[in-house]
Amino acid sequence: MMFAAAMLAILITMALTLARAVLGPTVYDRIMAVNLFGTKTVLFIAVVGFLFGRPEFLDIALVYALINFIGTVAVLKLMHYGELGWVDTSWERDDL
Amino acid sequence: MLDIINVSLLLMMIVTALAIARLRSLFAVAMLTGLFSLLAACVFVLLDAVDVAFTEAAVGAGMTTVLFLATLGLTRSREKVTPKDRAIPAMLVAGSCGAVLIYALSGLPEFGAADTPVHQHPITEKYLVTSIDETHIPNTVTTLLASYRGFDTLGEVVVIFTAGMVVLMLLGRCAREREPDQDARAKD
Repeated sequence: MMFAAAMLAILITMALTLARAVLGPTVYDRIMAVNLFGTKTVLFIAVVGFLFGRPEFLDIALVYALINFIGTVAVLKLMHYGELGWVDTSWERDDL
Repeated sequence: MLDIINVSLLLMMIVTALAIARLRSLFAVAMLTGLFSLLAACVFVLLDAVDVAFTEAAVGAGMTTVLFLATLGLTRSREKVTPKDRAIPAMLVAGSCGAVLIYALSGLPEFGAADTPVHQHPITEKYLVTSIDETHIPNTVTTLLASYRGFDTLGEVVVIFTAGMVVLMLLGRCAREREPDQDARAKD
């Protein structure tokens, strides 16, 4: 029962995060929404494991945490050093 | 409970896909494709395909997002507006493609059915029973991938390694060429 409640909470949080990723006016809203969604995926897999009697899924969830971290660092690093997402036309600045 | 999870995950996937189709800011689209991959990975975990889910998360959410962003850094960050008269043919193509896939779905066996060819073929019995004596590896999937299909796996690893090297070469060159510009920006 407790795991079911946790699962519902995670699903609601996922929906809210998705709303931020779709609506989010700035780039950083979206980066953080995707990062948060990765964290929610980790929690989701961990809770699914316990909910359906497969607690060994916890190990898989840990690996997802690593992927999520590396992915976000890669996105931020590329934005900072590779000027990714930046275009040198000032009229597009509102977008990014 | 499983139904609730499945339905809400699939609903979120539909919302994400519609948002990807509607949004014109390509950075947002790149982020949302990563999010879509994470949702797909969750669905794969529910279907007990943990390895597929892992690949989806690593390639879809990690690698592809970075590739999209790298491309965005070299091109424009907004999509050109598609002419309105192309909408109808595009809808027709997408709709008929979806209809064919749904038609094909009716030919699939039920989820988890025990009487499918995969479960009834004698080779399944052989792998499950005799593989431990032949290879001394306790995990059957590992036995198949690393022993019976070892050359196949070696080929896959070579392909993935080559792809990774090429991506690193492309990204590395991009970063080096832009460094002087970066310094100028830092001084401002």
